[in-house]
Amino acid sequence: MSMHELMPFLKSLWTVWFFAMFIAAVAWAMWPSRRQNMEEMGRIPLEDDPTRPASKKA
Amino acid sequence: MAGTTTVRTGGGPGEQDYIEDVVRAGVIATIFWGVVAFAAGLYIALQLAFPLLNLGLEWTTFGRLRPVHTSAAIFAFGGNILIATSFYVVQRTCRARLFGGPAPAWFIFWGYQFFIVMAALGYVLGITEGKEYAEPEWYLDLFLTVVWVIYLVVFVGTLLKREEPHIYVANWFYVAFIVTIAMLHIVNNLAVPISPFSSKSYVVWAGVQDALVQWWYGHNAVGFFLTAGFLAMMYYFIPKAADRPIYSYRLSIVHFWSLSFLYIWAGPHHLHYTALPDWAQTLGMTFSIMLWMPSWGGMINGLMTLSGAWDKLRTVPSLRFLVTSVGFYGMSTFEGPVMSIRQVNALSHYTDWTIGHVHSGALGWNAFITFGVLYYLVPVLWRRQRLYSDAMVAWHFWIATLGIVLYITAMWVSGIMQGLMWRAYDELGFLQYAFVETVVAMHPFYVIRAAGGLLFLIGALLMVYNLWRTARGDERAETRAMPALVLRPTA
Repeated sequence: MSMHELMPFLKSLWTVWFFAMFIAAVAWAMWPSRRQNMEEMGRIPLEDDPTRPASKKA
Repeated sequence: MAGTTTVRTGGGPGEQDYIEDVVRAGVIATIFWGVVAFAAGLYIALQLAFPLLNLGLEWTTFGRLRPVHTSAAIFAFGGNILIATSFYVVQRTCRARLFGGPAPAWFIFWGYQFFIVMAALGYVLGITEGKEYAEPEWYLDLFLTVVWVIYLVVFVGTLLKREEPHIYVANWFYVAFIVTIAMLHIVNNLAVPISPFSSKSYVVWAGVQDALVQWWYGHNAVGFFLTAGFLAMMYYFIPKAADRPIYSYRLSIVHFWSLSFLYIWAGPHHLHYTALPDWAQTLGMTFSIMLWMPSWGGMINGLMTLSGAWDKLRTVPSLRFLVTSVGFYGMSTFEGPVMSIRQVNALSHYTDWTIGHVHSGALGWNAFITFGVLYYLVPVLWRRQRLYSDAMVAWHFWIATLGIVLYITAMWVSGIMQGLMWRAYDELGFLQYAFVETVVAMHPFYVIRAAGGLLFLIGALLMVYNLWRTARGDERAETRAMPALVLRPTA
């Protein structure tokens, strides 16, 4: 099988690749152990008073 | 607050180090262009009801004034608040001064205003590429590209030098907005001028490819300019105005990625029943329907932020606009996917229903969230305790809401009627109505629509007065809603 014949199949793989990337992003965001840290990041706008220190966690 | 002595416990700049002059200028420009956009919209709505108002001059015909209205609303009013808030939000959530200092920020501001004025002058004089929402000719497109690349450098540069380790989600939405608009603008406007000194150019795309590129651009301008950029505002200003963190930060990240992955494919729904292949139409329709999920996820995230604190709607003037805008976001992103279904589109396409849908998004979502942000930002930026008048905010809110309701209901009725009249056959198989009969039937609804636009403009003028007096430091003597007192039992 030449690369020429494989091309249509390989070109269609990007849909799978995109889907996998999306699933990975969702899994990363929703991973239970990340929950507390994530929700603390939601406080950034409320704590953006310039006199307060930046949050310690990344 | 400025002028008070504070003990700095951490790194990062103090408030006096943030660049705010250009944000203040952006707020003023937003208000100015908003009034221009609403007035132009009212005028062309009246032209449709009373064609005499075309004045018999080529410069004032509907065809030339319409892009002035749409560009003033989307790019001038919407664009200015996006640029201004992005500068404001990125500095505060990153605890970093704008990358490059004031000079590039001012270049972006004035460059953008120059672009708007030159584009509008071109439309009136008949200089246009004729591509909807991408009308400016090649020389302005090149100029905007320069401004936009500097904007990207300033924004990403600020993110890179941040003191805050985490990049807050609003900034993700701003980056998606800036990067995607750059990509769309460049690809859709690839054009060859007929000579180096001519304003006229032709796009490199032809036929159905041109149509597809145009609506890939057009729909993603909705997706990443009017949605992602304004969602960035939602994710910063609703928590600020409500003094509560967003309902779910994790949902906001899922919202971001699902919006980014889905929106980019929805454009073909603008080309149902055209030369575009059926599979591409179905693809656009499918992705449009899937967009329900991120849209409603985002709406729920915004609204639930108020959960347990709905009383703040009574006491915080800006919140009423912010929360209602999220409601309209949910409503228009429900309607959009319905209209993208090919069989529904067969009825709705090319009719006023589309115009009604666009305005439920533009007036209800984009303009209302902008009003909410302005009512929040002006007292903050001009260092005032409160707005000149809370009562005038309430008047603005109800007058503008009534205006939107008149507008979108008139367009629903007019659009569906128009679509049904176009497809009606008599018993011999002839079309039942001539085109002009549909125009006559729509006249009353055009008048109602113009009345809605007038109310929206009146509300905006109330806001201009209120914010002007606020910036001057005046306070109107009036009773203001106060948070309810919580009585604690004494021991």
